[in-house]
Amino acid sequence: MISVMAASLHRDLLLVMRRKSEVFTALFFFVIVASLFPLGIGPDPGLLRKIAPGVIWVSALLATLLGLQRILASDYADGTLEQMALSPASLSAMVAGKILAHWLVCGLPLVVLAPVIGLQFDLGASAIGLLVLTLLLGTPTLSMIGAVGASLTLGARGGGALLSLLVLPLYIPVLIFGAGAVNAHLAGLGAEGHLSLLAALFIFAAVFAPWVAAVSIRISLE
Amino acid sequence: MSGSVIHWFRFSSPATFYPLAGRLIPIFWTLAALFGAAGLWIGFFVAPTDATQGEGYRIIFVHVPVSWMSMFIYLVMATWAGIGLVFNTRLSSMMAQSLAPTGALMAFLSLWTGAFWGKPMWGTWWVWDARLTSELILLFLYLGFMALQASIDDPRRADKASAILALVGVVNVPIIYFSVIWWNTLHQGASVSLTKAPSMAQTMLWGMLLMSLCYWMYSIAMALTRLRAIILEREAHTEWVTRLPELAEVRR
Repeated sequence: MISVMAASLHRDLLLVMRRKSEVFTALFFFVIVASLFPLGIGPDPGLLRKIAPGVIWVSALLATLLGLQRILASDYADGTLEQMALSPASLSAMVAGKILAHWLVCGLPLVVLAPVIGLQFDLGASAIGLLVLTLLLGTPTLSMIGAVGASLTLGARGGGALLSLLVLPLYIPVLIFGAGAVNAHLAGLGAEGHLSLLAALFIFAAVFAPWVAAVSIRISLE
Repeated sequence: MSGSVIHWFRFSSPATFYPLAGRLIPIFWTLAALFGAAGLWIGFFVAPTDATQGEGYRIIFVHVPVSWMSMFIYLVMATWAGIGLVFNTRLSSMMAQSLAPTGALMAFLSLWTGAFWGKPMWGTWWVWDARLTSELILLFLYLGFMALQASIDDPRRADKASAILALVGVVNVPIIYFSVIWWNTLHQGASVSLTKAPSMAQTMLWGMLLMSLCYWMYSIAMALTRLRAIILEREAHTEWVTRLPELAEVRR
């Protein structure tokens, strides 16, 4: 099971390394979207500090959305996905490997870069630490939910826009608890409750998402 | 099994369900009209004016039933979609597909009437309160379900993919329900609960229940009408559809 997952992860990472520009697309998108907000709203530090958690979280949400199509679409187009589904090894494990690859490429860089954006928005050190923690807990969940959406839209018309329509409503709880944790901290309240709920969403998604995605991949290959 | 028992599974075939639905639809329309007339009469003329909210509260007789229906229809839709996915029954998936637009309409009406209620009571059309937001998410889930169903060309594959989406989205319905308790906000607590006595006049409750029954019957009638259209569309190539008497003019 683990070796299947590792093999699929290795393959996807190798593919990404051969086309490095894709790694940076999501990252630059994240930075640019987050930087647009101060330009649109104004440079008042008090206001920026207030909206920072939400803005950074929404930017992260949109940035992870960018790479979702690539998780499965190209493998679906060239028939690789069909071979994967036919192989005796567990398809769920392979999908889990793909999700992990997507997170390492689209999610982890955002987590690493978030403190810089946080400084732009005049957040304090403890708030930045918490922001990184929530992103670390939340972005894998986004990748997992997104993989379910990507598998459902395989072979459907209007892939990209449809995918966002399906996935964004399901992202909302993660957004609420992720940004809510930092907001609660900024308001002087404890963030433990939000963090626990984020962790719960993460565990829930980790158990079900690879399996659900594998089921819907099989449906799309019928 | 004696011969007098009705074989319910007989009606899981589109060919036998189509005429049955045709006979049931007028009954449900009649019931909807009767319950609606009674509910509106109680709502407008019998129920007393609310002590704190004045006459404006009367929109409750539409708002609360459509909110209930929007959530309930999503559960029913997901159930039918799930049955269709597991047992591979065509009619169940068609039922799910036919329920989606009615559910979306209910969610939309719930938001719309909620805005009309919110303006005089809270002084604002919209607040970012947990329940309003979850109702909006529910509307998005309906739209996503319909969009996914519409964008996959093969109907059987579309059924299965949207069934998975509906089952994933069903996780959201309990969140809607418990959001009142989770996030303590501007929205008032549930007005009707099963565990404690309702905090409203008996006549108001009767009006709301009658209106709920009205929307219930309306939804069933609407879903069955749409179901008949979907059956005709999907089964157009079959022998029994071409022999339907109502299609005689088309044949000619």
